[in-house]
Amino acid sequence: MKKLLSLKNVVISIAILILIWQILFSVSSYNKALFPSPKMAFDALLEMIDNGRLFENIKTSMYRFGIGYLSSVIVAVVLGLILGRIPKVFQYVNPAVQLLRPISPTAWMPFIVLLFGIGDVPAIVIIFIAAFFPVLLSTVSAVGNIDPIYLKVSKNFGIKQPSLTWKVIFPAAFPQIANGIHLALGTAWIFLVAGEMVGAQSGLGYQIIDARNNIRADILLATILVIGVIGILLDGILKLIEKAVMKSWGGAV
Amino acid sequence: MYIEIKDACKNYVQDGKEFTALDHVSLNIEKGEFICLLGPSGCGKSTLLNALAGFERVNSGSVKIDGKEVTAPSINNITIFQNYGLLPWRNVLRNVELGLESKKVPKEKRAEIAKKYLELVGLSGYEKRYPKQLSGGQQQRVAIARGLAVDPDIIFMDEPFGALDAITRMKLQEDILRISREEKKTIIFVTHDIEEAVFLADRIVVMMADPGRIKSVVKVPLGDHRDRTSENFLYVRDKIFDLFNMKSNEYIEYII
Repeated sequence: MKKLLSLKNVVISIAILILIWQILFSVSSYNKALFPSPKMAFDALLEMIDNGRLFENIKTSMYRFGIGYLSSVIVAVVLGLILGRIPKVFQYVNPAVQLLRPISPTAWMPFIVLLFGIGDVPAIVIIFIAAFFPVLLSTVSAVGNIDPIYLKVSKNFGIKQPSLTWKVIFPAAFPQIANGIHLALGTAWIFLVAGEMVGAQSGLGYQIIDARNNIRADILLATILVIGVIGILLDGILKLIEKAVMKSWGGAV
Repeated sequence: MYIEIKDACKNYVQDGKEFTALDHVSLNIEKGEFICLLGPSGCGKSTLLNALAGFERVNSGSVKIDGKEVTAPSINNITIFQNYGLLPWRNVLRNVELGLESKKVPKEKRAEIAKKYLELVGLSGYEKRYPKQLSGGQQQRVAIARGLAVDPDIIFMDEPFGALDAITRMKLQEDILRISREEKKTIIFVTHDIEEAVFLADRIVVMMADPGRIKSVVKVPLGDHRDRTSENFLYVRDKIFDLFNMKSNEYIEYII
């Protein structure tokens, strides 16, 4: 019943969105080629599916996203678990992190393109940067927030490193780390498009630029919708994984 | 002497004010004794326990177990905490196996030992449950089984039943008394509940606050089977009540 209700909400919400789009299209005096109707965008979507371009670009983008995001999460979590345990070192790392964190990953783009050229690498690097800081900081803070009793018990029962980290610290910190990983997913997905618009000749981000160059606003809008839908799907998948891990850990809080 | 505390002092600085948690405390404990550290909050009973368990060190004086100065926690002396300290991501069986993993006990043997102690604390059949699915009393039973599983010499208990309701607490008191006789462990038990101390202890160490010190040590000659409503029990309990009302600062060894 709850699921049905939420499905109803989704349908209504998107229907309203499309309706507003249609109304704007009907009342606006823009050229149809510059501001297409929902129907035109939908036709463009079918066209892209038909000629296989869409799935090829999705594949390319997902490959970059997967590598960039996963490597970023792994590096950030490992580093966070280490730094969280040695606050004295983190004191010196933290100012540098705070300096780098507010810089938009896109600001690095020209530099990255200069270093690595056009292709897969710039997009991967930008996704890496986008996901890195939220995951690192949430991991460090999660490790610092572990209930001291777990550490006391571990000491008492003679649990030493590296067992201490993977038997006690990581699972104890996991709920908060998962929060950071989740947050980073959205951010990283946003910057994938930015990365591909500047640093690549393929992928969903490039498809937008390509559509603009060919004055195909219908393809452009269709691509934007596809990016949104994949974002939602990724979020849903991550939620499922999180749930499964939590469940196998007895709903650890 | 098995456990020897000599002239132990411990000071804290709290909000810029110095606070004496232990003021020249001396105490000897023999192997196999059930000792209750009894007193109001701030009397240093938990500080003393933490010093014995190796979680904190005293500023001066010495704390020795079996002739060796205590410097760090050891798997030979297990502490049971008031808030259990179970790992919520492990099921009951895996929680009890925790210490056995550090002792490098092989997997099948671990499960066998863990099951044996779960049975001892009355939790057979709960192996696959998670701590969250258990009541407070059951969680503390798991923590006790986890402690016993590594076969420690001494068990330290820091107000272990403080968070439980009265009925559950009495049940657990009976069980811990039975287990202490069966397993022949030395137990040091911190509490602020006079009746609990009289029910459990061979000797009660009565402590006073500000500065934290031992006021007297009371032997409880009630034997192995104790009845909370018997005349002797009430007599000892009254004696302890008396002790807390007295203003004297002298150190008195009570023999009843």
